[in-house]
Amino acid sequence: MTRELLPPSKKNPLERSQVPLRPPAARSAPTLGLLIGATQGRFALQHCDGCGRFLYPVRDVCPDCLGQRLSFQDAPRGGVLLSETTIDITADPYFRRQPAQRQGLVQADCGVTMIALLHRDCPAEGRVRLSLMTDRAGMPVVFAHPETGGAPHMEDDPDWRELTAQPKFRRVLITDGRSPVAEPLARQLLKAGAQEVFVGVADRWKPAPGVDALGGIEGVTLCDLDLRDERSVTGLAADLAGKTDILINSAYHFRPGGLFDAGQVLRAKDTLDICALGLLRLAQAFGPALMGRGGDGTTRNAAAWVNVLSIWAQTGRPASAIFAAAQAAELSLAQSLRGELAQGGVRVMNVFAGALEDEWFEDLPPPKTAPAAVARTVVTALEQGIEDSYVGPDAEEFRARMARNPKEVERLMWQG
Amino acid sequence: MDILTRLASSLTDGAVRLVDLTRTLSPDDPTIIMPPEFGQSWPVKIERISRYDGNGPAWYWNNISFGEHTGTHFDAPVHWVTGRDLPNNTVDTMPLAPMLAPVCVIDCTAEAEADADFLLTRDHILAWEAQHGKIPAGNWVFMRTGWGNKTGAAYANLDAEGAHTPGPDADAIRFLVEERDILGFGTETIGTDWGQGGHLTPPFPAHHYLHGAGKYGLQCLTGLEALPPTGAMILAAPLKILAGSGSPLRVVALVPGGPD
Repeated sequence: MTRELLPPSKKNPLERSQVPLRPPAARSAPTLGLLIGATQGRFALQHCDGCGRFLYPVRDVCPDCLGQRLSFQDAPRGGVLLSETTIDITADPYFRRQPAQRQGLVQADCGVTMIALLHRDCPAEGRVRLSLMTDRAGMPVVFAHPETGGAPHMEDDPDWRELTAQPKFRRVLITDGRSPVAEPLARQLLKAGAQEVFVGVADRWKPAPGVDALGGIEGVTLCDLDLRDERSVTGLAADLAGKTDILINSAYHFRPGGLFDAGQVLRAKDTLDICALGLLRLAQAFGPALMGRGGDGTTRNAAAWVNVLSIWAQTGRPASAIFAAAQAAELSLAQSLRGELAQGGVRVMNVFAGALEDEWFEDLPPPKTAPAAVARTVVTALEQGIEDSYVGPDAEEFRARMARNPKEVERLMWQG
Repeated sequence: MDILTRLASSLTDGAVRLVDLTRTLSPDDPTIIMPPEFGQSWPVKIERISRYDGNGPAWYWNNISFGEHTGTHFDAPVHWVTGRDLPNNTVDTMPLAPMLAPVCVIDCTAEAEADADFLLTRDHILAWEAQHGKIPAGNWVFMRTGWGNKTGAAYANLDAEGAHTPGPDADAIRFLVEERDILGFGTETIGTDWGQGGHLTPPFPAHHYLHGAGKYGLQCLTGLEALPPTGAMILAAPLKILAGSGSPLRVVALVPGGPD
């Protein structure tokens, strides 16, 4: 049974903070195909479209039929643990710091045999459930849970915690308390065990019932934070950058309007200022501190940076062209940020949602996305270590269509 | 001794004091807000170019940006639709003389403290005149409320119905403009109008009548308690912005000194 994770004691100020280390990141280019599934919470393995076999490890040609039509497709997650070993110590600096690790050979139900990291609760020679994950270097690894879950404290398994960004005992900063996502997100983070949730609010002098409700939640601390203002961002970073373990950029500034509408250049500046430049200001102020604390223990180290984005970041949308462009800029910065923070082992996760169920989308027919659903997806992404998440059926459909034919999506966007 | 020499001497010996009536231009200071579907005025932003660092080893400077109607600021007649066709109605074309002018200060501090929605009426002005004399033509009239000492939420004083801040009613402004021919009207609140001025007739009467008659506005003033009811001069020179509708500015009062 997994040992329950206990609340961490206060950090000893006399001890040096551990520098971030990363597991070996060398992979072949074809192996990176496993990232398709590993980044989206899917168990997508290489598949020979000629003979129908799943392949592992990743190959250039099918070893069975020599077919070259290979793709990555979702595979059954089940398997049987064939054998196992415990690695107490290795020559690699990253793994030398980690606790002893269980690894095993798993016969997957899809036909392949793979080496997987084993959850502490996996029974010897028992059934397991496989997941493709990304490690702290951002590279794909396989993790096995016991097929029958339900044991207490399973999320506290040290290897699982290392492959995810569990909110439990971590301190979280939500950057935009005026976003409709902020309140349900704060509640769900606290429910998931977050120690404290800081919520940034711009222009506190403007009343907002949602902000008042946030301030009344036990465990939530409201802070002045205006993503448009460098001084405000650096000011808050001075107080919080050293103890923010998870940063969730919830910046939300939707304004409708097409390219030909009057005043769009000014609106574009405002929107870019909050969405894209807001992320940049946060990155400048919080990024180095987060990166430096990525290896500072495993209980309350800096673990993740989450961006709440629109699916329109990945395409244009004439009815809200400026917002889509600003989201695209934010997404681009987020991807670069991922490469930067990966050096400290800090994950960057993007959560994509469609039109929200709020006043700005009253004229749009359903389906629309409830802010609480976005909040649930953010927490799931943290708990499951999912790099790119899509909220609800409409965003999932968007993802599938984009994977199939981006031009189809572009044309669909013309309809609003 | 010529008049400017006497002024310089008075400034030196304290017979005339300079008083700053300006709020600090800061990103934290509340600004006018519009419903989000309208165009928005930028708040103050101060972005560092360098501070003795790699971007400028020996010098410190910032880029600043803000809307024309941010902080302590000046409204030119062109700001309102009623003043759009007047000559010299922008900050770059307006005459110089109004930039240094006397001021009458109507103290409404007690009324505003008792009621954030206090409305200055013609009767209030007449009562003030009964005590201090008729408001001379070409004077600024400042409505002193103590509001300039507030900050943040208390300063904006917004609720679901909008701002609750003191200001003049339509008759008061018409009286000042049409019967007293004032130079302009100044307030300590975010606008020259009453917080709920959108519900008056016409909406925002201070803007409507002042600018329609070529008069000026000053708002977000502070420190008016240092001014006597009459006898002070106001130096208020807006930035010379091309076709500008207004501008943040430093407002300085020349106040008769003497032993405190």
